[in-house]
Amino acid sequence: MSTANSAAAPAVRAEGIVKRFGPTVALNGVGITVAAGDSHALVGRNGAGKSTLVSVLTGLHTPDAGSVFFQGEPAPAPGDTAAWQTKVACVYQKSMVVPELTVAENLFLNRFDSGRIRWPKLRTRARDLLAEYGVDVDPAARAGDLSVEQGQFVEIARALSFGARFIILDEPTAQLDAGGIERLFTKLRELQQQGVAFLFISHHLQEVYDLCTTVTVYRDARHVLTAPVAELGKAELVEAMTGEAAGQEATAWHAKGGALKAAAPTEGAPKGREAAFDMRLAPREREQPSTDRKVRRKQQGAGRTESSDPLLTVEGLALDNDFDPIDFTVRPGEVLGLAGATASGSTALGETLVGLRKPSAGRTSVAGRTVKPGSVPHALGAGIGYVPEDRHRQGLVLGRSVAENATLTVADQLGPYGTVLPSRTKAFAQRMITSLDIKTSGPGQPVSDLSGGNQQKVVIARALARDPRVLVAIRPTAGVDVKSKDALLGVVRSVADRGDAAVIVSDELDDLRVCDRVIALFHGRVIAEFGSGWTDRDLVSAMEGLPASGRAEGGDKGAESDE
Amino acid sequence: MSDTRQLTADLPAPDKPRPTVPRIQLSRYRDLSLIPVILVLGVIGFIVSPVFLTSDNLIGVLQQTTELSLLVLGEAMILITGRMDLSLESTIGVAPVIAMWLVMPRHGSATFHGIGLLPGWTSIPVCLVVGLAIGALNGFLILKLRVNGFIATLGMLTMLRGLQDGVAQGKSIVEVPASFSYLGKASWIGAPAAVWICLLLFAIGGLALGYLRHGRALYAIGGNSEAARAAGIRVDRITWIVLAVGSLLAAFAGVLYVGHYGAISSTQGDGWIFQVFAATVIGGVSLNGGRGTLFGALTGVIALQLVVNVTTLGGVPPLWDKFLYGAIIIVALIISRFASGEKQD
Repeated sequence: MSTANSAAAPAVRAEGIVKRFGPTVALNGVGITVAAGDSHALVGRNGAGKSTLVSVLTGLHTPDAGSVFFQGEPAPAPGDTAAWQTKVACVYQKSMVVPELTVAENLFLNRFDSGRIRWPKLRTRARDLLAEYGVDVDPAARAGDLSVEQGQFVEIARALSFGARFIILDEPTAQLDAGGIERLFTKLRELQQQGVAFLFISHHLQEVYDLCTTVTVYRDARHVLTAPVAELGKAELVEAMTGEAAGQEATAWHAKGGALKAAAPTEGAPKGREAAFDMRLAPREREQPSTDRKVRRKQQGAGRTESSDPLLTVEGLALDNDFDPIDFTVRPGEVLGLAGATASGSTALGETLVGLRKPSAGRTSVAGRTVKPGSVPHALGAGIGYVPEDRHRQGLVLGRSVAENATLTVADQLGPYGTVLPSRTKAFAQRMITSLDIKTSGPGQPVSDLSGGNQQKVVIARALARDPRVLVAIRPTAGVDVKSKDALLGVVRSVADRGDAAVIVSDELDDLRVCDRVIALFHGRVIAEFGSGWTDRDLVSAMEGLPASGRAEGGDKGAESDE
Repeated sequence: MSDTRQLTADLPAPDKPRPTVPRIQLSRYRDLSLIPVILVLGVIGFIVSPVFLTSDNLIGVLQQTTELSLLVLGEAMILITGRMDLSLESTIGVAPVIAMWLVMPRHGSATFHGIGLLPGWTSIPVCLVVGLAIGALNGFLILKLRVNGFIATLGMLTMLRGLQDGVAQGKSIVEVPASFSYLGKASWIGAPAAVWICLLLFAIGGLALGYLRHGRALYAIGGNSEAARAAGIRVDRITWIVLAVGSLLAAFAGVLYVGHYGAISSTQGDGWIFQVFAATVIGGVSLNGGRGTLFGALTGVIALQLVVNVTTLGGVPPLWDKFLYGAIIIVALIISRFASGEKQD
């Protein structure tokens, strides 16, 4: 590697990078080359390998194969943080400055001159450094008082002061408003003039067109294409991300077909679906069927003949700063998808539906009865079941047993006068374990010992325990293996098939395939709505904020077509 | 309700013919881990002094344990819920003092003059209400104002101690209504009434935490309050109730203490909070919440008191008690750290 020509050498060049995590291949022989002074976009869907590449390029992970060069020179040895800092830096969407310290101190953190710290000198150096890169921030200001983009400027200046000429921006605009984005982009263009190269990772494709000159697309841990942005149409870009040709209708998903397909590959899944029925009916079948049950049966029948009232009605529901007023209904037998990336407000909408957040306007009703807003017990009582986004944060009490976790929502049904009888808890949990096929040594096993997929089944069991009329699931298959994924989606589908309704909030296309209808959200607003015939392309475009190609398609057959 | 009852009748008690547990699950018996320790202490005590195994000595130990054990009962519930309350050690003193201030006559031969607002028989209920009010105030600070629970209750600890000193003018109150001192003094069926009462309260608490849904909710809240909230548990309300009950128990411990020693001491409960934490922690209650049982906490108090009793009988001067308490806490923490394999932050 000749270093004589380093001025012309690319800021970074990675070749044949392979990175495995256990059985998962996160990067499969990918490469990327960012020219000096270039602004290079890296796009791809979740799981494409973007964040792993960032870790490899910043020295956090050592690749299993392949090599990285900075300005033509091989990358520093793994673990040599100081050397890596002189080559590359990453600005994350969350600020990595210490909020309680001043800007000056943040800039020179752990790089003070030896001996005592001379504050006036430090501030002068900080001011010079910021001026050098044209960053208009007071070095004496508290870092926590800066706006998000000012914080990012400080991080960039800090990185440049180490000598790095290559900066990775990981979703830098997620927390910024329009003005902030504009200021950030202006700054980035200025720095490009000075020869700084950027690798820009964003879910917002429009920004790629605004800022970058070159784009690289990854899909499923592989490199798909690298092309000048100017020569690549939006449709082609989305096509590269999804691997689905524009206008291709061959894989027009049908909710029913999706459910079947999801269930088909495994033996366990269809069993799980029917068993979910059994589990629900088993405890009650021994009683005389209550009128409630009869009514539901009727509605179940009605669900198949299309002329049913909506089970879940949402009118003008809004939450300040998260999503604008939204209206939708979900009929019995229907699964509704709420698609949207992390910052789209879809998660907040899901959490509002189940009462975890109090909406600033609007109302929700289940089967015609208004649900008291902002109260989980009332939402539960109204028949809304909840599968939370993060099972560790909201789903499970990890130290406690499977039985306790699965019966958390039905503690009032496990004995008379507020008692919880261990025998009945165990019996209830055992029924759940059998019907959902949870792999556990028994109801008494701590839930922390289970695998991810089985933990998620416990969370679903908890939601199903109350016989919800409406099941709200937020990213129900995050971090579970393929087999559990199919089984879990089959369970959600079965809730609708038995005549109740389900809402899936997710940005995973596999989750959304189960849905009869999908509403796509972007920045808190409905950007597109799809029937069951959507294509990956259209939906991904909509979630990335490019509704132009999103065609709402009729074909709303999913709800009715049952054998 | 009829729904649930029917369920009871219909489920044909599948657990009845349950075969004896095939495998021994160690974790299930973690609560019993102090039983061997207590037995070993008994043997050591027997070797050290013939006095140890006399009923007088053992009942004496139990009686001395009663007041502390009620604080431990309250603190254990609060810790399981994932909170902590340092102010319990002041509540045990200030609640009786305020009760006396309200019921003792303005004038008379007594050395302590109250305002005589209420008749003498109300002294116990008033004392308990004061305890409840203190717990409710703690709850207000922690749950409504969302201030740091450790510092808030530390402030309460100091403030309440000062309130007691102010109201009682720094002195001990030796004259109390007969009804007030009865429970701590009386003896039922050959043992002090206080011992029976404590056992009963522990039994009620243990059953509530094991078999009531609101009791089980404490473990869910302490283990993962977000998950508990998502499951429809009213986290704040239940936490508030637990804090109030903890202070109520501390106030009741004050009643027993006064009966036991015949006066409200001006330093009643001073420094106890360390023993309370020591007992709960060696009893297996997790400081991070969500883990532990009241039975474990009870064995923790008893073990702690037995150590002190045995060393006293063995001729170790009481001035070493604090050293012992501290050493016991450290050793217990190290053992539980490696027994459970979990980090304690």
